[in-house]
Amino acid sequence: MLAYYLQLGLRSLRRNPMLTALMVMAIGFGVSASMITYSVFRAVSGNPIPDKSSRLFVPQIDSWGPGRNEKGDPPGALNYVDAMALTRAHQASRMTLIYQVGLSTLPRDADSVPIATEGYAVTADFFTMFDASFLYGSGWSTADDDSRAADIVLSDGFNQRMFGGANSVGRKITLSGHDYRVVGVTRHWDPSPRFYVAWMGAEFDNPPDYYLLLNRALDLQIDNDGRNSCRGAITYKNWGEFLQSNCVWLMPWVELDTSSDVARYRSFLESYSADQQRAGRFGWAPNVRLPDVMQWQEVQHSVPPESRISLIVAMSFFAICLVNTIGLLLAKFMRRAGEIGVRRALGATRHEIYAQYLVEAAAVGLAGGLLGLLLTAVGMSGVGLLFEPEIARLAHLDVSLIGLTLVAAVFATIAAAFYPAWRAAQVQPAWQLKSN
Amino acid sequence: MHIQPILVALRRHKAGTVLIALQIALTLAIVCNALFIIHERVAHISEPSGVDEADLFVIANQWGAQYSTQETVERIQQDIATLRQLPSVQEASAANSYPMRGVGWDNFITMQPDQRAPTSDAAYFTGDENFLRTLGVKLIAGRDFRPEEVQNMGLRQNVATPVAIITKAMADKLFPKGEALGKTFYAMTSTPITVIGIVDVLHRGDVSTWSAPYAGESMVVPIRLAVPSGLFYIVRAKSGQLAAAMREAPKALYAENRMRIIDPKDGLLSFAQVRHRAFERDRGMAILMGIICVVLLAITAAGIVGLTSFWVGQRRRQIGVRRALGATHRDILNYFMTENLLISLGGLAIGVLLAFGLNLWLVTRFTLAMLPLTYVLGGVVILLLLGQGAVFAPALRASRVPPIEATRPA
Repeated sequence: MLAYYLQLGLRSLRRNPMLTALMVMAIGFGVSASMITYSVFRAVSGNPIPDKSSRLFVPQIDSWGPGRNEKGDPPGALNYVDAMALTRAHQASRMTLIYQVGLSTLPRDADSVPIATEGYAVTADFFTMFDASFLYGSGWSTADDDSRAADIVLSDGFNQRMFGGANSVGRKITLSGHDYRVVGVTRHWDPSPRFYVAWMGAEFDNPPDYYLLLNRALDLQIDNDGRNSCRGAITYKNWGEFLQSNCVWLMPWVELDTSSDVARYRSFLESYSADQQRAGRFGWAPNVRLPDVMQWQEVQHSVPPESRISLIVAMSFFAICLVNTIGLLLAKFMRRAGEIGVRRALGATRHEIYAQYLVEAAAVGLAGGLLGLLLTAVGMSGVGLLFEPEIARLAHLDVSLIGLTLVAAVFATIAAAFYPAWRAAQVQPAWQLKSN
Repeated sequence: MHIQPILVALRRHKAGTVLIALQIALTLAIVCNALFIIHERVAHISEPSGVDEADLFVIANQWGAQYSTQETVERIQQDIATLRQLPSVQEASAANSYPMRGVGWDNFITMQPDQRAPTSDAAYFTGDENFLRTLGVKLIAGRDFRPEEVQNMGLRQNVATPVAIITKAMADKLFPKGEALGKTFYAMTSTPITVIGIVDVLHRGDVSTWSAPYAGESMVVPIRLAVPSGLFYIVRAKSGQLAAAMREAPKALYAENRMRIIDPKDGLLSFAQVRHRAFERDRGMAILMGIICVVLLAITAAGIVGLTSFWVGQRRRQIGVRRALGATHRDILNYFMTENLLISLGGLAIGVLLAFGLNLWLVTRFTLAMLPLTYVLGGVVILLLLGQGAVFAPALRASRVPPIEATRPA
């Protein structure tokens, strides 16, 4: 029966090619605009680490105080003094600190000019906390952190550039005049958005070349290449004084496995702040936060507002296209009132008429979906025109998006056809036969 | 034209009427807001930089060797001398950032050293005595830096400069009652900074929305940034010789000292490229909204044509009867045009509410500005014309229905 309806539907669609083309185009444009903007939104708003996102937290301490903090919220990073205190306290099952470094190196051929590299200075737990997987070797241990070893982990891309992709574990690499020992090479691993550096707005920047041992980087006075935020008068005259300043620049993360761990860590942060208040370092009551990954992305506005606005506008556009389709389907179905009357008179039930017209609408939806798919594919190549390159490169047409495009088009059109098909099914056979 | 019969007829086409009205309402809401977003983005894109854009380019110079602060200072001075010697180069300056770089330094500004809530959050440029001249910024009061005023700043070495040059926008914010020259302020410093010069316009380094309340508020301090990571050389080519200067400058720098990094991808940018990169998001947004507006209007128009054609087809007999009873071509044409006008007006009335509703939501969620009434009025006019234009062809066809149709069965 369905095949027969489909046949009827296709025949009817051929009868009013203009009206059909209009509907197919409306659905095609509507669905493709939604899909293109959705593909970008999906890429920037996803959960970068679904298995652990509810167990990773940013400890925030208000080291600036009322009037100087972020409109009542503590700063999004730690100063050196607090960062070191939290690390030494060992209150979380795992903890890491991160800051960005930019160093120079000489590529393999000796007479070349130096090249710029970028990486993160991190502590040992970074790799286990964020589920880094290794091609060669591994991360370093907490003992290495304590012994301030000159260890480095390379990304696969950088290992390719510097060592031609060979197993470089144990080899030496020189960055800005200092030697480091390669202990591991990560497999291609780059959570997107790169949530752990959201505070400095580097969620979609180029992936890091390497991960340096933080204590070593501090010993070498390797400057923070990322965001740095200070309050009050800046008075430091050298690196040592800078470390003691109120400038926040170290991005902390802790791993807490159970909700009681979370509660315990929160009260630890409060008691730490209270201690600082008692010691006279903070002149205000404890003000702490402990957001997890998804909350942190929300707070840091990781999703560019442009992406959200364009998705909303595109979906409204799709909605208008559907309103348009309802009107056109109504016109199309009601034009065949006579035909419906004949079919009803010959014994077709209302349900059958209803089903027939929904099938016809589904055919329109499918055609619209196919056009939408084509337009989406074309639009994908133009995404670079609409979003900046770092974000545009994240958007791609994959199987799930293809499926979603077709499903969205067909279901939306069927939904739009409910009312017109119902009206068609209400046609009084006697009325139509009489007027004919 | 009698409106009463049209209204009665419309009541018999409730669904179609409501659908067209709804479509017009939604279209108005989206088009007004999209046009307004386009306007805001274009306004952002065309913000003045205050610099001589046609002849400027920027070199992001990173050091490839480890120099002490003193060595770095010497390297910078040597580099500037090398750049200035080039035949195609007019002027060169060493700085920490430049207008419209996309990101930048900013310092809180206070009028008193112990003031907690800052008066402003100014873009903070460190430049040498050539900075203003190289950029081609217009000094409207006071004087430029003297070479002996320029201090060197090494790694995490905070330098308190006693003087600064600020923009007019910043002067107006800090000293609303007038004359800023010779007055003092604090820029996260414990010692006061005296305003020695005021420039007309110098765009901030960042182009972000957070800094909108401080738009155009920039300050320049006489500091040479001699930190290990590197700095920017702002170079002004002789008029019309930008391409040649951009070719020669990196070559000359590498020839003088190989241990440096000028990134092949974005180490060398003309100011046109700087501007292009800074407003990528805004341009993309404007293009997307433009495309959506055009397609949306086209689809709405097509929808009106489709539904009206259907109505005309359905009412051929009635039209025939009216024609037979003496209605002219014009009467029939007017009937359909008026019918569309009534539906459009109904839709637009709802659309105006929806437009402001959508805007209000965007305002609270995305710090968009309030939708000006002119945009809504403009949208109303566009959609009225669109509706009348779309209905014209089917209405014309209706007017050509011959009176004989009255005698034919429907």
